[in-house]
Amino acid sequence: MNKLLKNAIFYAAIAATWVIIIRLHVWPTYVVPAPRDVLQTLHDGFKDHSFWIAIRVSLRRLAIGYSIAVVIGGVLGLAIASSRFLDDTLGRLLIGLQSPPSACWLPLAILWFGLNESAILFVVVMGSFLSIAISVKSSLQQVPNAFRMAGRNLGAQGWRHFFYILLPASLPHLVSGLKQGWAFAWHALITAEMLYISLGLGQLLMTGRDLNDMSLVASVLLIIIAIGWSVEYLLFRNIERTLHRRWGLVPA
Amino acid sequence: MTPNFVEVAHPPQNQPHLIPAAPFRRGSDHDTTISLKNVGLSFKSAKGPQLVALDNINLEITPGEFLCIVGPSGCGKTSLLHQIAGLSFPTSGEVQLNQRRVQGPGTDRILMFQDHGLFPWLTVAQNVEFGLRMKGVPKPERRDTVNRYLKMVQLLGFKDNYIHQLSGGMKQRVALARALATEPDILLMDEPFAALDAQTRDMLHDELETLWTRTGRTIVFVTHNVREAVRLGDRVVLMTFRPGTIKSEYKIDMPRPRHIEEPAVAALAGDILGELRTEIDRSHQAEYEAEHQ
Repeated sequence: MNKLLKNAIFYAAIAATWVIIIRLHVWPTYVVPAPRDVLQTLHDGFKDHSFWIAIRVSLRRLAIGYSIAVVIGGVLGLAIASSRFLDDTLGRLLIGLQSPPSACWLPLAILWFGLNESAILFVVVMGSFLSIAISVKSSLQQVPNAFRMAGRNLGAQGWRHFFYILLPASLPHLVSGLKQGWAFAWHALITAEMLYISLGLGQLLMTGRDLNDMSLVASVLLIIIAIGWSVEYLLFRNIERTLHRRWGLVPA
Repeated sequence: MTPNFVEVAHPPQNQPHLIPAAPFRRGSDHDTTISLKNVGLSFKSAKGPQLVALDNINLEITPGEFLCIVGPSGCGKTSLLHQIAGLSFPTSGEVQLNQRRVQGPGTDRILMFQDHGLFPWLTVAQNVEFGLRMKGVPKPERRDTVNRYLKMVQLLGFKDNYIHQLSGGMKQRVALARALATEPDILLMDEPFAALDAQTRDMLHDELETLWTRTGRTIVFVTHNVREAVRLGDRVVLMTFRPGTIKSEYKIDMPRPRHIEEPAVAALAGDILGELRTEIDRSHQAEYEAEHQ
């Protein structure tokens, strides 16, 4: 409750500062939009469904791209974790490939796929599967030897050892890795959507720029932040917390 | 909200009615003789020469025996236990069960770890059940067995708790129940009580002894605590430090139940400790040299 109150005061203060800046005409409204205009834009955008469409299109792409990334990353991570040779070769390559920001894959994507859906998905997948593969690998490698031995000792061999020991033992780390992968996918998606008339949130942001409509830019930014925050904090953070508590990694 | 930490009140010890009738294995066809034949273990260390961890170990453990192995840390006693469990293999010689070479782990030999090795993602009952589930035992039967062994270690009331909600002593008792649930012929214990306070440890000694007397299972118990070894074992084997060999053996003929503070236990432990001292000194010396090279 206390935390909630603190935050309520904090955001009220930001809103108040915003209102004061507008009232004092410190900057013109095409630089800093008025709160009223932003609210109006949000209201209109949701009412004429243009925001809903953008959100739906973006989330659909994200779901597809992220799923592909999870599958590829999961398989690669598993392969690297189970082979010393792959770890020393492919594992190192993946770490190297992970270093450039996802925007670097844009030119490549356009040349390979053209300005279309595939190019966007490619960037999303490239932006996230590497980090997912690396975290899957390290989560599996982090499983304490005592669990592995206890599992084998109690008769868990082969696929059972994987499903009943390795997977649950690495789950808390795995979820953190998936969360990070999600954040990377989300960042990559918005960047990629700025490419062309793609209907998504990224493109809506660019439309705001093209029309010099600062309140549209601010509205879309707010939506992007809200979605990112919801998934990261409300979904992943809660799963993480539950797992950590149950696994006894933090005091309950 | 479940309490973070609960300590259970221990009922008085040595109450036979608390111990359920487990199959009495002494003299049954489950009897397994463990033989270590010229067992050696050596590996290449990261830098420097070949490291000989175990050298020419010969040991025969008879069915139903309570054998304790003592030695300084790094003498390879844990490796020996893992080899009997089939979780690792000697580089020379072989480990046999009834004259047959051990080729892998099996639920006839269950290992108990120092840090319990319980699965935090499972409840107490699910942990105890794990080995039975892997064996494909049907659910109702599993539940009965789990209840029986949880009752034995007096933790039935905690069956739905998670591992981190238990104290150190309770965790070890769950580990014991988990080890016993698959009804192994051989129980391999790797310093299982080393991290516990003295009171809890004494209590678990009593429980383990009662249980061993009732079920007649073979127990191989590794410890660095000589008194513990004398308190529990039929026989105590003393190992040397690197290479790990068997230095001497002691037959413990004192009547049971024994107590760790008994003068007779202390006297015999004193003798063994004298011999162990030289090995401990050697291990310290080696540690010192490794640090100052």
